Amino acid sequence: MPKLVELTLSQIIAGLQKGDFSSSELTQAFLARIDRLESQLHAYITLTPDLALAQAEHADQQFAAWRVDSNVPLPPLSGVPIAVKDVLCVAGVRCTCGSKILEDFVPPYNATSVERLLESGMVILGKTNTDEFAMGSSTENSAFGTTHNPWDIRRVPGGSSGGSAAAVAACLAPVALGTDTGGSVRQPASFCGVTGIKPTYGRVSRYGLIAFGSSLDVVGVLGHDVVDAAYIYKLIAGHDQLDSTSADRPIPDFELLDSSRGSLSGFRIGVPDEYFIPGMQPEVETAVREALREFENLGAEVMPVSLSHTEHALPVYYLIAPAEASANLARYDGIRYGPRVQSDRMWDIYSRTRGDKFGSEVKRRIMLGTYALSTGYYDAYYGQAQKVRTLIKNDFDQAFENVDLIAAPVTPTTAFFIGEHLDDPLAMYLEDALTIPASLAGVPAISFPVGFDKQGLPIGMQLMGPQFGEEILFQTTHTFQLATNWHLSKPKL
Amino acid sequence: MTLTLEEVEHIAELARLKISPQEKNRYREQLSEILEYASRLGDVDTSGVNPTSSVLSDRNTLRGDEPRSGMGVKALLFNAPDVEKDQFRVPPVLE
Repeated sequence: MPKLVELTLSQIIAGLQKGDFSSSELTQAFLARIDRLESQLHAYITLTPDLALAQAEHADQQFAAWRVDSNVPLPPLSGVPIAVKDVLCVAGVRCTCGSKILEDFVPPYNATSVERLLESGMVILGKTNTDEFAMGSSTENSAFGTTHNPWDIRRVPGGSSGGSAAAVAACLAPVALGTDTGGSVRQPASFCGVTGIKPTYGRVSRYGLIAFGSSLDVVGVLGHDVVDAAYIYKLIAGHDQLDSTSADRPIPDFELLDSSRGSLSGFRIGVPDEYFIPGMQPEVETAVREALREFENLGAEVMPVSLSHTEHALPVYYLIAPAEASANLARYDGIRYGPRVQSDRMWDIYSRTRGDKFGSEVKRRIMLGTYALSTGYYDAYYGQAQKVRTLIKNDFDQAFENVDLIAAPVTPTTAFFIGEHLDDPLAMYLEDALTIPASLAGVPAISFPVGFDKQGLPIGMQLMGPQFGEEILFQTTHTFQLATNWHLSKPKL
Repeated sequence: MTLTLEEVEHIAELARLKISPQEKNRYREQLSEILEYASRLGDVDTSGVNPTSSVLSDRNTLRGDEPRSGMGVKALLFNAPDVEKDQFRVPPVLE
């Protein structure tokens, strides 16, 4: 039997039900491991041991009652721990967004995604590190310090959900919520060798997700494998009255069965040449091409597909996302929450509080977005970007007329060194070149490990599907993971 | 494309961000580089293309306009930096 902290969700659920271990024992095992490794990794901004142990004890009482009388209702994930990215509100627990401007902010309500975890009986271990307001690809933009990659602590875990990815990879949580605006679930999943799902835009409620780019933000899941990610996805997906952009569509009731092994015949996987960009680390391309051969062995048909506007996705994103951010972050004015830099003039309170408490990347993006939306430049920048976004989305629509899925690398390289891109924002932005198109088109995408480079760093691959096609992504990835072992490797810590 | 220092100051003012002279110089350089990179979008032919307003074909889903209980003043003021008599306290707005 593997160690408690290494169990998958299905193993945890089975173990709790059989009484092999209690939720309190399990939660304590995670807290002890966090205690041992957190000084090296810094995956969490805020730990919630008291809350977690109280939730675990409550779950253990429910299990005890259920064992006496199986008619006692038992929520489906009773007593199962999870970590939550620190941009999603948990009532009563501070939510910083990795920013000094929300350093002491304690939300009075739960995000809908968090509410659904709690209704399902889950135990919240803590809030994971993130680039400030989820703006970044390394967690280096967090005001609370950088998270370190469990595979090589000199390197970044990716971002912005780098804390969640590192926590899962290092077994500091069995599974974690993340968010993805331009790749913030998939890129850290790739850098840390875990499986991460970015659902369709609108599939998961954004209520209680502190906004960055409202037309792009999506709540996702990072787990040891696709079964775990899909399990939590099914809990949090679905319509919510509190988010007017949440899609009012049923969630297909699917199960990932081991009998789906070898059942990819009839699946057509498109591979866009445009994603194998100049400067890509050769080992990344090799690993992805080998994974594609494995998909062929499993019966899928792999064929070329063209997404001809791919190269424009990055500049489109870096106009649209900052434009939306500049509007969303206007609410941080030192009046209603957060610290205030006091002055006897309102104007000074706004500009001093914001100038003092926002970090440099957030200020850079607010200024970029403000410029792109300002009089005289709107049509040339924001307006043109929204038109090119339509062309990018049309590429996907056309491609999905001929293929079921699109496969590509997640990132051009494996995890880079801490500090490597810090003084060059444009180089950092280029990290997102391959994850941004799916975000702009609002289509779901999943990232999972398909190999390691010579340094022993994980390499990821992504599958993108048509809108609301999460089930196909899960089934296909599951078939791949049943046939391969990449997702089973764990860093030595 | 290169932004002038005055343009950077104007953007910072619009965004209500007080930034230092060093920041102004650095942002001038970095924003110019990023905007230069982004300006390549001008070469894409978008004649007859509609801008994306939503990626979903679904329309916004609105709930019924029915009164519900809220969170209460105490909960909503809990995070405010300066409060008096259940209200946010600010300096005079009109000068």
